[in-house]
Amino acid sequence: MKTICTSIIGFGAIGQGVAEVLLSKKEYLESLDLDVRVIAVVDSRGATIDPAGVDLAACLTRKRETGTVALEKISGLEVIKTLDHELVIETTPTNIETGGAGLLNMMAAFETGKDVVTSNKGPLTLKYRELQKAAKASGSKFRFEATVGGSMPVINLVNEVLAGNEVRSIKGILNGTCNYILSRMLEEKASYTDILAESMELGIAETDPSYDVEGIDTACKLVILANALFGLEATYKDVEVTGITKITPDALEMARENGYVIKLIGEVSRERLLVAPRLVPINHPLAVGGTLNVASVETELAGEITVTGKGAGPIETASAVLSDLISIYREC
Amino acid sequence: MRISMDLELKDVPGQMLLALQPLSECRANLITVVHHHQKRTPRNTMPVQLVLETKPENLELLKARLEANGVRVVRVGEHRFRESISVVLIGHVIHTGIQDTINRIDKTGFAEVVDLSLSMPGIEMPSSALIKIDAVGKEEIQQALAILKDVSAKKDLLMVLPIGIQA
Ligand SMILES: NC(=O)c1ccc[n+]([C@@H]2O[C@H](COP(=O)([O-])OP(=O)(O)OC[C@H]3O[C@@H](n4cnc5c(N)ncnc54)[C@H](OP(=O)(O)O)[C@@H]3O)[C@@H](O)[C@H]2O)c1
Repeated sequence: MKTICTSIIGFGAIGQGVAEVLLSKKEYLESLDLDVRVIAVVDSRGATIDPAGVDLAACLTRKRETGTVALEKISGLEVIKTLDHELVIETTPTNIETGGAGLLNMMAAFETGKDVVTSNKGPLTLKYRELQKAAKASGSKFRFEATVGGSMPVINLVNEVLAGNEVRSIKGILNGTCNYILSRMLEEKASYTDILAESMELGIAETDPSYDVEGIDTACKLVILANALFGLEATYKDVEVTGITKITPDALEMARENGYVIKLIGEVSRERLLVAPRLVPINHPLAVGGTLNVASVETELAGEITVTGKGAGPIETASAVLSDLISIYREC
Repeated sequence: MRISMDLELKDVPGQMLLALQPLSECRANLITVVHHHQKRTPRNTMPVQLVLETKPENLELLKARLEANGVRVVRVGEHRFRESISVVLIGHVIHTGIQDTINRIDKTGFAEVVDLSLSMPGIEMPSSALIKIDAVGKEEIQQALAILKDVSAKKDLLMVLPIGIQA
């Protein structure tokens, strides 16, 4: 049995989802000869630490009941720098302006020779090359499937399953909130403002929805895909971005009468990174509804391959984190 | 019936008039003339392409008159729209003089607005339009889209294109 000592930095929706999945998949992981031992769980107020393995179930309960896992006043960065472990699961909030705590955490992890699995887009959108360089310098593994499309496998699909294929383009719906809003506007013939309010009530849209509805989130995901799968050195500035705030219910209805739905589509190729509302034929594989995400990968040998799945949600996103973890440690 | 015609004119002054005169005589409606001033055929003539609207029964007479004027008729074909595209425009579509935009596209001769749905929810509210354009080929679709893109940029309209199409 191989023991993998890991920290979970960030214990919100996703961090907790990861903890739940590690608990429920304990036996399965053991069947792969993997003993995943979480030695620290950290939120914004501090950490729970136990080199022999923290009690994840107790952490989940304590977080729920008291609002924090903190038993010691020690930051994620200190945990990464001072505690001996192999893997950092980084699930702190996305910050696309500075990279936030996530960027410092990831850099520190690489500097101390640790592997990183993350769902945090911010650092990858800003400093992809630097992160990859740091990871390479220390021989660390760096996986981030959860940053694009939540549960939906895109990065690993291209890098592993479709290995050997040249990828020409990827097009898709990479933001569940926008998809939900546009789908509901059409169903209810309701205005953007009304459906946005509904989405906030349901917790599908954030209190500041601009990051989603202006297309910024989709653009960040394109940047990650461009860098990770097309070998580009793209940043947010390279993306032409139009969001969904101007879409009217009339436009959606007219489109439908003519056999189309309107979706916020992100597309990336070597030539162009573009986020814009698009007319998608109703029977097209990209015409998925609700909060679903979808991506169509145009490859040289395999033709077009389309995947769809839940782009958000704690357990769904944790599934991508889990598969990254397994693929790192199963392969060596 | 819409006809496209490839003509060859002699490289001497006054030839264009000789090519256009027979059109009015035969009651054909000229839609576009594409005249390549720089180009010469191997026979040292100037190629000219016409798109015109005429009754089928007048076509033979028209050809004969052109030949009589010394204009060579190289090819005559029905001008068919093979490509079609739908585009949604959102914003103050009406104030932008949508008719003007349609005219600009129609005047090209190679593309035509064949359908327009408009919805105006209220005076100050943004309206929405779905425009269907037919054109003779893919390149001509792109040229029609360039016109729409130009108008959209100037009048701050959101242009929603079908997936896979770049403007
Ligand atoms: N939610 C999704 O469905 C989804 C899907 C894909 C990717 N993601 C990405 O995954 C990441 C986590 O998302 P989430 O929904 O779990 O966010 P969240 O619920 O806001 O959780 C963030 C967690 O990070 C903690 N934190 C904040 N600053 C910290 C710091 N400096 N050091 C250590 N911990 C810190 C927070 O502490 P407190 O609990 O004390 O506030 C919280 O536990 C984000 O980057 C997000 O973009 C989310």
